[in-house]
Amino acid sequence: MSDVHSLAAGPWGAAITILIMGIITYLCRIGGVVLMSHIRLTPRAERGLRALPGSIIVATIAPVTVDTGLTAFVSLAVTVIVMALTRKELIGLAAGLGTLSLIRALGF
Amino acid sequence: MRFLSHHPLTLDGCRRGARMSLAAFPGFIVFSMAFGAAASQKGLTLGQVLGLSGFVYAGASQMVGLEIWQQVWSPSTILTIATVTAVINARLILLGVTVQPWLAREPKPLSAVMLFFLVEANWLYGTRYYQEGGRDLGVFIGSGLTLWLIWFLSTFMGYFAGALVPEPRRFGLDFVMPVFFCCLLVPLWKGPRRALPWLAAGVASYLTHVLVPGYAFIIAGALAGVVTGMILDE
Repeated sequence: MSDVHSLAAGPWGAAITILIMGIITYLCRIGGVVLMSHIRLTPRAERGLRALPGSIIVATIAPVTVDTGLTAFVSLAVTVIVMALTRKELIGLAAGLGTLSLIRALGF
Repeated sequence: MRFLSHHPLTLDGCRRGARMSLAAFPGFIVFSMAFGAAASQKGLTLGQVLGLSGFVYAGASQMVGLEIWQQVWSPSTILTIATVTAVINARLILLGVTVQPWLAREPKPLSAVMLFFLVEANWLYGTRYYQEGGRDLGVFIGSGLTLWLIWFLSTFMGYFAGALVPEPRRFGLDFVMPVFFCCLLVPLWKGPRRALPWLAAGVASYLTHVLVPGYAFIIAGALAGVVTGMILDE
């Protein structure tokens, strides 16, 4: 057990982490093909999986946004509005980061 | 190359796939450079960053992975990042489900290699091409390989661009990930009803973040979203 701990904490820890992330991601990539050669996904499960991408995004950014406070909300709101209008990620990104740096430059 | 595969696999098809993938370049370059920049701000080495982009090759999980990234790893933090990776990339299972009919009669080693390059973009091009009656596997391979290369190179450029910025906070670079994720959320919008799972995900995530230390909030939020999606629109 302590061997596992020292291996993880050692210089190879990051490489092992990346390897594990890669293997898991690859299993997800082949998982659907392998699965479908055996069973069928129910419509309900499919609906659930369809909600996954947006849910992950919101779940990832919600805590840091709430904790950062109003500046974060304003920057993200500008990002969403600009993105909805232009549909170009680069412009949305620039608008969001620009708003945040402007707010910070003004001393908030 | 018929002897290698059931469906044809031609160089012409590869070229065609590479051309199709041009449309995805801006999104790939921006996302991958944002990842490289965020990773260099976070203090990852170039080798680690390229390892993530080259080997994991799944943007959302790489970005979220950065949030959880540790200077010193332990079995429990590795387990956390492994679980988070699995939850985020579970959506790739859905893509695989829909390409299965195309690959069903191909030799397993060929399918195994092709599926490494499976992402939303080349899945979209591939399935559209397949629905229009095209069967050349080269389209899938050409677009997959091109997008992977662009992804890898853009991470490389982003890493150095990120390291060059002297005061990252001044330019809001510490907030790249949330801002970029908001950009990705907008095209996913299919009306308020379909966004209800997102609301559930946000609430569950924040509550978990307040109550439980660590990064369980991502998993709790994602699961809340999936369950809400399953309950919704009967």
